[in-house]
Amino acid sequence: MSHEHARLRFKTWVCAILVVCSNVFGNFFLKLGMPPELPSPLAYITVLFRPTVALGVALLIVWMLSRMALLSWADLSYVLPVTSIGYVLVAIVGRVLLNEQITNRRWAGIVLIMAGVALVSGGAPQTAREKAHAAGAGQ
Amino acid sequence: MKWILIGVIVAATTVGEICQALGMRSHGEIRDFRPGAIGRAMAMLARNRFVIASVVAMAVSFFAYLGLLTLTDLSFAVPATAVTYVLETVLARYILHERVNWLRWAGAALVVCGVALVSL
Repeated sequence: MSHEHARLRFKTWVCAILVVCSNVFGNFFLKLGMPPELPSPLAYITVLFRPTVALGVALLIVWMLSRMALLSWADLSYVLPVTSIGYVLVAIVGRVLLNEQITNRRWAGIVLIMAGVALVSGGAPQTAREKAHAAGAGQ
Repeated sequence: MKWILIGVIVAATTVGEICQALGMRSHGEIRDFRPGAIGRAMAMLARNRFVIASVVAMAVSFFAYLGLLTLTDLSFAVPATAVTYVLETVLARYILHERVNWLRWAGAALVVCGVALVSL
């Protein structure tokens, strides 16, 4: 049981790190490649063929697939806060790589988000599964 | 315009991610990460109606997000769309029947406060 627990926790962390990194850098490349405006619906499609935007989209596809894998065993209410560390990393990437201005209030918000992540990530990643299996067996 | 786009993103993302969680739960834990097994899992998931619905909703959310990125900073756009956290934690409790204990509620509440500070 404890071996099973350790296996699940390790797998969860590896997958969560992949989810967070692909999300942060996907968003970064998307913003980097985005033109100042998208005048027509067609522009929404053609912009996808810019190399940096395409790289961002590819990373966001990795994000979506790794997130789906994570959700196949972990609760949504666990995944949400744990992957929210991405908000902090996005702010740092915006500051360092895109020269965006980050006020003290934004940094305070970032600290709160990290506190929330720390609270939840100590718990077990899965609560509803036995119940779901029991319900499935009953039907 | 900015807030309309954020509204569309939040609504579409919430629906998409709840459907994604429902779809992945009905599929069950992915244990085998060899390419062939991943391929079989994906072929199976492509026929899962929750997964299909989630992909459609995420596509709507994605194009609205592209529009938003042309208008605002990245460090505004990402946190502003995090209202989905509140909606999804509530829906995780009532639709997915996850046991959201006080630690998770407290964590979600802190994240929401942080997101509000970041985006205002």
